[in-house]
Parts: sequence; C-alpha cells; structure tokens
Amino acid sequence: MIYGTLLVVCLYYLLPLYVMIVTSLKGMPEIRMGNIFSPPVEVTYEPWVKAWAEACTGINCDGLSRGFWNSVWILVPSVFLSIAIASVNGYALANWKFKGSEVFFTILIFGAFIPYQVMIYPIVILLRESGDGITNIIRLFDSDASKFRLMGSVWGLVIVHTIFGMPILTLLFRNYFTSVPEELFKAARVDGAGFWGIYFQIMLPMSLPIFVVAMILQVTGIWNDFLFGVIYTKPDTYPMTVQLNNIVNSVQGVKEYNVNMAATLLTGLVPLVIYFASGKLFVRGIAAGAVKG
Amino acid sequence: MANSVEIKNLDLSFGSVAVLKDLNLDITEGEFLVLLGSSGCGKSTLLNCIAGLLEVTAGQLFIKGKNVTWAEPSDRGIGMVFQSYALYPQMTVKGNLSFGLKNAKVPKAEIEERVAQAAEILQIEPLLNRKPNALSGGQRQRVAIGRALVRDVEVFLFDEPLSNLDAKLRVDLRVEIKRLHQQLKNTMIYVTHDQIEAMTLADRVAIMRDGKIMQLGSPAEIYDFPMNKYVADFIGSPSMNFIQGEIKDQCFTVGDHKIPLKSYQAKATLNEGQKVWVGIRPEHVVVGGAVAKADHKPTVTADIVEPMGADTLVWTEFAGQPFRIRLGGTFPVASGKELPIGINASTISLFDLESEERL
Amino acid sequence: MALIDAGRTGSGAKRPLRLFKNMTAKIAALPMIATALVVFVGCTLWTIYHSFTRSRLLPAPEKWVGLKNYDRLWGENRWLISIENLAIYGACSLVLSLVIGFVLAALLDRKIRFENTIRTIILYPFALSFVVTGLVWQWLLNPGLGLQNVVREWGWTTFTFDPLNNAEIVIFGILIAGVWQGSGFVMVLMLAGMRGIDEDVWKASRVEGIPAWKTYLFIVIPMMRPVFVTALVIISAGIIKVYDLVVAQTSGGPGIASQVPALYVIDKMFGSQNLGLGFAASTMMLLSVLVVLIPWAYLEFGGKKND
Repeated sequence: MIYGTLLVVCLYYLLPLYVMIVTSLKGMPEIRMGNIFSPPVEVTYEPWVKAWAEACTGINCDGLSRGFWNSVWILVPSVFLSIAIASVNGYALANWKFKGSEVFFTILIFGAFIPYQVMIYPIVILLRESGDGITNIIRLFDSDASKFRLMGSVWGLVIVHTIFGMPILTLLFRNYFTSVPEELFKAARVDGAGFWGIYFQIMLPMSLPIFVVAMILQVTGIWNDFLFGVIYTKPDTYPMTVQLNNIVNSVQGVKEYNVNMAATLLTGLVPLVIYFASGKLFVRGIAAGAVKG
Repeated sequence: MANSVEIKNLDLSFGSVAVLKDLNLDITEGEFLVLLGSSGCGKSTLLNCIAGLLEVTAGQLFIKGKNVTWAEPSDRGIGMVFQSYALYPQMTVKGNLSFGLKNAKVPKAEIEERVAQAAEILQIEPLLNRKPNALSGGQRQRVAIGRALVRDVEVFLFDEPLSNLDAKLRVDLRVEIKRLHQQLKNTMIYVTHDQIEAMTLADRVAIMRDGKIMQLGSPAEIYDFPMNKYVADFIGSPSMNFIQGEIKDQCFTVGDHKIPLKSYQAKATLNEGQKVWVGIRPEHVVVGGAVAKADHKPTVTADIVEPMGADTLVWTEFAGQPFRIRLGGTFPVASGKELPIGINASTISLFDLESEERL
Repeated sequence: MALIDAGRTGSGAKRPLRLFKNMTAKIAALPMIATALVVFVGCTLWTIYHSFTRSRLLPAPEKWVGLKNYDRLWGENRWLISIENLAIYGACSLVLSLVIGFVLAALLDRKIRFENTIRTIILYPFALSFVVTGLVWQWLLNPGLGLQNVVREWGWTTFTFDPLNNAEIVIFGILIAGVWQGSGFVMVLMLAGMRGIDEDVWKASRVEGIPAWKTYLFIVIPMMRPVFVTALVIISAGIIKVYDLVVAQTSGGPGIASQVPALYVIDKMFGSQNLGLGFAASTMMLLSVLVVLIPWAYLEFGGKKND
C-alpha cells in the first residue's frame, strides 16, 4: 500500500521533468497537435541546437551559450571566494574566539533572514562608489586606465554572492570545525603553529568532505540565482537563468515551446547533474543549512 | 638544585568563577611532579596555564628562570602529551615529529637528525612512515612523547595520557613513562585522577581541590602523614576509616574505646576535650600475634568478608560506625565471628573536627 | 610595535594589550565583520531611513516626508493585491509543505527498499532554479497545450484547468509549482528529525497496542517540535522572498493578479522610478519577517541567558 502511494508521488514529481524532455525533442507541428504526455513520434534535436546557439533574447541571437559562459564566469570566482572567506570565518569562530566574535556571527545569521530587497539598492550604490574609488586608485598609477566597474560587472556580482552566501556557509564551517577535537588544535599550538599555519596544515587536509558540501550548496545556489543576476549585471553579462527567462517570456510572435523546453533543460542541467552525482552529500548540505545555533 | 618551574600567586577565573586561587608551586629540575585530584579540582586547568594554552588572570609563571607568563606555548620550552595523544591524522609519524621544528624554522638537516635521534630513543624507527591510524595505543603514546622530545624542551607536560586506555595497557604504558623519565631526566608534570598512577610515578604529588593545593609531598609523606582529612581520605584504597571522638588524658576516646597517644607524632598540641577525627587505614589494623603489643585492642564482629586473593577485606563496626579492615589473604576470618584487632598510635592520624587539619 | 612583539618573543613578561590578542584571527574575520556591519546592519538601516524620504529616480535623503510613502503604499491596489497573494500563498504553502513533507517522511521512514531512489526523485526539484520551475509549470498549465488539453483529449471535454489566466486563482497555479519544488526539502528535514527519535519509543507504543497513526500524531510529532519549528522558520523566510518563481511563471499577471511584494519592490525601484515607495515596501517586508523571527528567537535563546 505504501509502495503504491509512493509510486503515485514519484510520478507527480517526475512528471514535469518527463514533459520537459519529451517536449524538447518534438517538432513544433507535433506539439501543436497536442498531447504533452506522449513521447515524440519523431525525435528531433533541432530545438536543442536552436536553444543553445540561435535563440533570440531581444538583444542578440546567440542563444543560451552566451548565458552559459557568463554563468560559468560568475560561478567559479563566486564559489571560490565565498567558500574561502566563510571557511576562514568558521575556523576563526570555532577556535580563536575573540571578544565580539559571537555578536558579529549572530548579526550574520539574522542577516540571512532579511529579505534581499531591503539591501539591494544600497548595495548598488556601494558597488558603484567602490568601483569609482578603485578606478581613482588605479588612475594614480596609469592615468589612461579605463573605468573599473564593480556595478554591472561580473566582479560586482561575485562580491554580492560572497556576501549573501556568508551566513549559511560560515555556520556550516563553524559547526564542522567545532567538532574537530580541541586537543589537536592545542597540540599544534604547542608545536608553534599560528593561525594560518594551523588552518592550512592541519584543518584543511582534514575537512575535504565539508568543502565538498559547501561547494555543492554554492554551485547550486549561485547557478540558480536570478534576482542578483538581473540587478547587478548588464545584458551582455546576464547569467543563464536571466537569459532563459528573457528567451521564454519576452518573445513576441510564435512561441517555440520545444526550444523553450530545451532551453529550460539546458539551464537546469548543471545543478541537476551535480545533484544526481552527489547523492548523500547534497542532503547533508541542505540539512546543514537547517541546523541552527 | 635550581627550580625548573616556578608558579607564583596564580589566579585563574572564567568570568566570575575562580578556578585557581592564589596558587604557589616550585618544581625542581628533573622532578616528576604529579597533579592529583578529582574532576573539577583545577589540575588540568593548571597544566594548560603552564603550557600557555590558557591565559592567567593574575600571577606569574617562570620556566627555567625566564618569565613566561604571557609567552606563546611554543616559546616556553614545554612539550605536551594529551589524553587523546592528538597526533596529526593526515601526516606520517615523521611528519608529526617534524611539524614543530618546521614551524620553528629549523634547517632541514637538523630536523632529520633530531627526528632520527628521538626515534631511536623511543624505539619507533620502523614506524616513521606510518600514519597515526595504523599505530597501536602504545606506539601512539611514544610518538606523542616524541613530538616533545625533538623540540628539546625543558619540561614535559602530561594531561591524563592513560585515562582512555584499558587496565592492562595502562599498567604497561605507565612503566614506559617511568622508564623514560629515568632515561631522559627531564622535568615532568603529570595530571591524573588515578592515585595509583600518582603514587607509582611521582617524585612528589600535589593533591588539588577546588583550585588549591591541599598537600605537596612525596608519595610516602602523603600516605603516612596526610596533612588534612581530604588528602587522608583521597589516598588509599579502600579509603581510610574515620571515627569521631575526643582527646581525654592524652588519649583518643570514643565511647568505651581509648587509644593512648604516646607514640603518636603530633604536629600541634593536643588540647584536653578537643573534638577530633581519628583516621585509621584498613591495612594498618593488626591481627593475630601482633594484637598483644598494640596500643588499643578492641574486639569487633566481622560482618561482611570479601576475599580478594592476596588480601581479604572485612567490613565491621567500631564504636558504632562502619569500619574496614584489610588482612592478609591467608588469615582465618568468617562472617559473624568475633575478631580481636589491634590499633597502634604510630600509624593513626588525628584531625581537628572543624578545621580538618592534621594534629 | 613593542606591545605586539611582547607576546611573541622571549620576554613573555609583559601582558599584551587586549586589542592585540588573537590579532591574526581578527584580521582574518574582517570580511565577516564588515559584511555584518556594513551590509546587513548598515544597508538595512539606510533603506529604512530612505523609506521616509521622497526619493524618486535617485535617493534623496534630504526630502523627509515621514509616513507619506507608507500611506501611498497602502492605498495602492497593486500593493494590496501583493499582500493578499502573499498571505494566501504563504499560508497554503506552509501548511501543504509541512503536511506533504511530513507524510512523505513518515512513509519513507519505514525502512522501505529503494529509499534512496525515492528520496532522490522527490528532492530533485529542489536543485532546480525557480526560473526553471516557473517555466516548466507555465508550460504544464498552458490551457491550449498543457494539462487542460490532455484531459479534454481523454474525453472529459469540459474540463477546465487554467489557473494562469484566471485572475482569481492564479496564485494557486504558482502554489502548485512552489510546493512541487520545496516539499522535498521539508521531507528531508522531517526525515532527519524522525530518525533522531529513539527507536525504543516505537517499541513501547507497539507493546501498548497503539496504532501507528496515533503514535505519529500524539507522540512523534510533539517530539519533533524543534524540527517543525526550524522548517517553519525556513519556509516562512523563503516565502516572503518569492520572486523568481512569479517572474518566470506569470510575470505577475494576468495584469497584476499574481503580484507579490518582492515583485512590487523591484518594479518600483528599478521600473517605475519611485525609490521611496520601493523602500517603504521592502521595509514592510522586513517587518513581516521580524514578526516571525523575533518570537522564534526569543523562544530559542531567550530562556538561556546565562552565558
């Protein structure tokens, strides 16, 4: 009986995925005829090609490939920076408690609940001003240097992702590092290792699993982001999610559903692959996000 | 002999809780000093202060004449062996041993030399390329000691290294530590809650309670002349018998019992009518032929008899209070039977009822 | 300089200044401190302040107008609809996610085969972007070609299921998509909570002959209170932020029928060029989060004020 219910449940969850795949492999005439559940009579890969290389977003017609590479360019530095900073934070909080450290950490955690909309506009200003400030510094050395932009560039978005990823990641690392036996830390101090020495030589080699969990969390979250992508970048640096929305929702005239579905699948592919490949670690990651205090 | 470690007026408080109170301790060079006490008495805290892993609230710390009160652990000339040994899991034994020297920027050639030397002394040469999880408990202890050895430290600190082990291993490794001390002759400070470890390893024992040292002395002193009731009760297994009574006519009296105190080495004057505790160790009660010459010869009824092989433990009553006697295993005694015993004033301890100090 | 060195060189006799203790750690934690203060506290306060000014295209901190923006906000139909939608979406989403998540977890908890596979299937939507989810369900709910059409083809010719074009119930169309994406996460949380319950409790209830459903209702659920609370807090925080899903699935339509506060804020700030109104709206969003958060924080931490 339980298996029966679970089967129905699984169908409910799998249905959209199935429909996506099936639709993306059909030609348009077949779609217009009708049954979204029926497998393609004639399998065609054209929608995929079109989605990747030719779809129009209203500004240019290079398809999703542009968005894909933008997403990659945003993803790699963001993941690296956010994890690097958060892991050091977690390590400092766990082993080197100093006056006020817990207060800052609590503010960070509360910050995770604040709706982004409250902070979005001031951050725009911050990024713009910082960009100008950095430009001025660069122009001290090279007066012809072009303007360095933070607002509207990939680097601005990287900083935003780092900031908003900090609360959960710091919590994750802090919880992990507190579970490392304190005597190990003491032994290293007796052996003369300092803050960075212990971090790189003792802690890092031991914490590979948690870094993997953090990476899964960040890759999924950053790749799937839409809001920050739309606000902090310019059209030619839009990540894949934003491009996808443009392709599907802002096209006038005939909607090419098969191309849209192919595009949707392409966008969801990266996190899905990671999800299916990482199994238990993914669950650990989101469960960690739910462990408070 | 110069002092290896000097602790002066040490105070340590966590917030408003005072853990160590005005502690003073001098440890001579080459001495094996044991900090003994039950959980929460502050012995581990004191050790961590000496190591520099905890900050003192007040007071001064000197190691080999140098003021190290605020120095980093690695600058104090100390090495530490932890309860869990805390070997670095991702490094080989060689890596574990070299880590400290690398941090001190010692040249590579010298590191090799020192590691080889330490490995030889500790007989862990064949283990150098293994990782900690491939070592036995005893081997891990030696590597942990080796970490301190290569750094050529003045003082070795041990934080309950045997507490995690099973009984048999504990006995074997205990002997190794003692042998090592005889070989290296370094000052060693050892924390434990186990009195057997304390008695067998120490040159001197400091018994701690509530952040204070209750008595500092050699194992023999502590055993024979405990300075207060707490120490008397702590050392000895089964523990000392305590009976309340008073001093009358230079005798300890309780009920009908009178123990003349002529052969008792009193520290202070015994006042007439003073209320006291008398402490009698179960093993100091004499039976059989020796009873005739004893200072006091009561007869007790054996209640419960526990034969332990080499010894027999007899639970009886004396002056209306529970009383334990330890006899040689071959002495005939049966439950319910009467047993004449003897108590000698030279082996008892007297404590003032209120202050619990030795008289 | 001397003070910093005193702790490190041989002269360990001088007490280092409080400030220099753990110096490296403090410097390393600067990003966290900066973020916490500048961004989380600073920016929030900035927005709240400017919600009381007449900022239009650009922020105008000098034009203080008090509660005027808020008055205007609560008079706008668009905002009122957003709040209504959020309330409906929030309440239903919360209840549905918790119930579905719990029931699924209970089903999975019984040591069945294929547990890993089934969990993988239920959870995968969580790995997708809200945009992807929104678009997929937009497609599925398409009247001409989606579910409605299919059911009609199967013979039930008057079947109507067109939420996305019906202003009354469009929010439920979004709800279906949202629950599809999020219930897996709740299930995982619940499952972890259930697994943390001592097996002996089950044995005891069996010995006493209590039927399984009663055990769940009266024994297990109360024991899982912390998990429910955590799930509640996280789901609530997520609900208030819902933006991507709406943009992708309905763009706020038809008309303004599926507006949500998050969408309203972004539109006002970057579209309609009325910053003041946007700030007021986002401050209201913050308030609603605090309404949930502060009682929870008090419950969790208020009692333990002895550290």
